[in-house]
Amino acid sequence: MDLAEKVLQGDRRAVARLITEVENSGKLAGDILKALHGRTGHAHIIGVTGPPGAGKSTLIDRLAKSYRLLNKKIGIIAIDPSSPFTGGAILGDRIRMSDLNTDPGVYIRSMGTRGHLGGLSRATADVVKILDAFGMDKIIIETVGAGQSEVEIASMAHTTILVEMPGLGDDIQTIKAGIMEIGDIFVVNKADRQGADRTELELRAMLELQSEPGLWVPPILRTVASSNEGITSLRDSIEIHYSHLTSSGNLDKHNYIRTKQEFLSIMREELIGLVIQSELSESQLDGIIMSILKRESDPHTEVSRIIQRFSANR
Amino acid sequence: MSERKIRVLIAKPGLDGHDRGAKIVARALRDAGMEVIYTGLHQTPEQIVETAIQEDVDFIGLSCLSGAHMTLFPKITALLREKGAEDILVTGGGIIPEEDIPLLKKSGIAEIFGPGTPLDDIIDFHRKHIRK
Repeated sequence: MDLAEKVLQGDRRAVARLITEVENSGKLAGDILKALHGRTGHAHIIGVTGPPGAGKSTLIDRLAKSYRLLNKKIGIIAIDPSSPFTGGAILGDRIRMSDLNTDPGVYIRSMGTRGHLGGLSRATADVVKILDAFGMDKIIIETVGAGQSEVEIASMAHTTILVEMPGLGDDIQTIKAGIMEIGDIFVVNKADRQGADRTELELRAMLELQSEPGLWVPPILRTVASSNEGITSLRDSIEIHYSHLTSSGNLDKHNYIRTKQEFLSIMREELIGLVIQSELSESQLDGIIMSILKRESDPHTEVSRIIQRFSANR
Repeated sequence: MSERKIRVLIAKPGLDGHDRGAKIVARALRDAGMEVIYTGLHQTPEQIVETAIQEDVDFIGLSCLSGAHMTLFPKITALLREKGAEDILVTGGGIIPEEDIPLLKKSGIAEIFGPGTPLDDIIDFHRKHIRK
């Protein structure tokens, strides 16, 4: 029995192996993903983003438990940054999710960004597919601690939750472009701390400026994840958002855009691989880079030369 | 581009709350380019084994300073065998008396890194014993 078959039959070890294979861009990955594609498209993908220390991991732990009460199966993808120097990483999001480790209805995987910017890792989309095919009802993605422009999660997730906490910056932060625009639901976590009123007020002021009639108006919720406060209303809001997406036709639109992006990015990767494999040995590449460095040539000229040679050889 | 990344689970089984050593090893392996998943304190053997399987790690590094290593470590290797995951290599560290080491190795622990082990030795061990 092959890996894809085992995943569909619920073998957790096979899921783990397959995720490793796609993370390492292994040889088997493409074929297995082909086999799984037809079984995907059922999961509701939930993104959780926000600054480091806002309580994303704890919130996800409580949210997952809340969904387990409804018998939903939960996949969690927790992303932490890889070192830009050594490629190593400390993946520590699970520390807050220990109780879920032995729940057979939960599968958690930690991933390093491995050089990918934007708050996710390159393989995140494929891991979502694997967990979807594995039968998870909700797939929760925790981004790296996000600053201002890690907005990739918005195109990956159906529902994006932006987690804030009291005491980070003034109201100018809320009118900046970027991450403040991608939340479908805003959460002020650690709401028992001083300054929660002000944080909520500033978020409300920002949202009033951007609301348009007929569009989804992001709710602002207060939670204290560590003591499980506000988690049920968060779960309810997520479900309301999902039905809004479905009834407004926006879910189909979202899935179309995501599929198109995926198709184009696979195409890009495969094409580059093909061109490099047939036209560019390591030593040729080295020669080209040296000539560009010495200003004897330039990158644009070299790329068009290679592409011309590649098309001529077809 | 295909790159094999070494993944290690650093785990604290049992009841002791001393994890400075575990964190130092985690940091050293990180600086050696590995992906290190840290479980946090007070984990049961079941939690550790299930985490190792979900994370598809090559190694589990156990840290125990409570004296319960003769119970906890073999329980973990037995659970791994039960789940068909005995290819995950298990090492241990902490306050472990010399005379316990042969017994632990017999129970399936690959290596014991006692206090004072140079971090480079630990890194080298992981590089040499990576799963095929």
